[in-house]
Amino acid sequence: MVAAVIDRFRHRRWLFTLAMLLSCCLPLSAAVLPEDRIDALYHSYEGGGIEINGPSVLVRKSIGQSVSVSGNYYVDAITSASIDVITSASPYTEERTENSLSADFMHEKSKLSLGYTTSEENDFLARTVNFGVSQDVFGDLTTISLGYARGWDEVGKTGSPTFSENVERRNFKLGVSQILTKNFVMNLGFETITDEGFLNNPYREVRYVSADCAPKSYCKQLEVYPRTRTSNAVALRGMYYLPYRAKVHADLRAFSDTWGITAYTGEIGYTHTYQDAWIFDVTYRQYQQDHASFYSDLFPYENAQDYLARDKELSTYTSRDLGLGVTYQFARGGWGFIDKGSLNLAYHRMWFDYDDFRDLRVECAPAGCEPLYSFYADVMQFYISLWY
Amino acid sequence: MRGLWCMGVLLLLTGCGGEPWVKPYERANLSDPIMTFGRDPVSSSYITHVYQAREGARGAEGGHGGGCGCN
Repeated sequence: MVAAVIDRFRHRRWLFTLAMLLSCCLPLSAAVLPEDRIDALYHSYEGGGIEINGPSVLVRKSIGQSVSVSGNYYVDAITSASIDVITSASPYTEERTENSLSADFMHEKSKLSLGYTTSEENDFLARTVNFGVSQDVFGDLTTISLGYARGWDEVGKTGSPTFSENVERRNFKLGVSQILTKNFVMNLGFETITDEGFLNNPYREVRYVSADCAPKSYCKQLEVYPRTRTSNAVALRGMYYLPYRAKVHADLRAFSDTWGITAYTGEIGYTHTYQDAWIFDVTYRQYQQDHASFYSDLFPYENAQDYLARDKELSTYTSRDLGLGVTYQFARGGWGFIDKGSLNLAYHRMWFDYDDFRDLRVECAPAGCEPLYSFYADVMQFYISLWY
Repeated sequence: MRGLWCMGVLLLLTGCGGEPWVKPYERANLSDPIMTFGRDPVSSSYITHVYQAREGARGAEGGHGGGCGCN
């Protein structure tokens, strides 16, 4: 019997993340076909006892004047000894592979986008299709975009061959990009997402006060989530060009859902160029959320309510992120079949501070006296981009 | 009021919004690659992916495209 792997679903969500991102990228682009380019990226995440790394290769090519196709191959190689895992089960390794294909079709000032993404793990399969349309209007000062995505997930459970559940997802989005001055552009985006099916992690447990599990002063039971979730997010972004070929940007996002989570995100950033070949980026991002209505670090007794969660991503917490990036552009005058290229390095340090999620690695009595949990993570990307 | 709405929708659909207040030849700065939301899609997708894996919120992460109409 394989030990229960508590935070495996954390990584599974990454599929859905990328699927949503893909659907996000497509409809929010202006009615211009993307450039032909190849990007080969190596990514690394390390923090909170989790290491995730792997490659991502993105290839985009135009076919004629009005069609562009792209393909992405992405891998997460995961080694997890997170706090959830080490307090409930055994560390594990696994791999998630994602493949996606998309196509953009241009007609005058309109662009139609279609995409298909699959993601596979040993006990999880997800498929997503997305559709988007965007239109330039008002002298090309405004780009309006609409997007729709539909996803189907098949959820399994290691060690339980008969366990099989499904999830259906729908994304609806609307975006407006607006040129305000010759140096200033803004973007307003809305997105509604609905999920239906088995939404919790089949491995994760909550804890409740009990003397039955001595020497601990609490026992555990499996999480129970609602089978539906609907969320709404609105984001406002702006970029301003500075006269010495630099940029400042600011993003704000508000979020709420039917699980009672409210969240706010703010980001500011500055981009600086040097001698045309170098680009430097610095960003600061802060995120704050309030917990889901059915979340608790410690329930008073077994089956204390209909829905039970102890996922730290549903708790109340704040995260901060400092990002640094450097890009060196080479072959700017062309080199063989390459029009130009760039070498890129990006580093993020993220801090997570939880307000109602406690560190169960510390034993104390009575339950609930453990210190609050916090951790930091280092995220690195190195990639090469070639335009052709 | 209904007429105004109809006119607005018609303008929206036809893209005939009249003279743009930022002329195409004034969009050089906006067409600079640094003025793109998500300059490198493979990178911006990944980092957003990291955020979503650690956060309860989701959606409206995009902002790709600058709407500069500079083709």
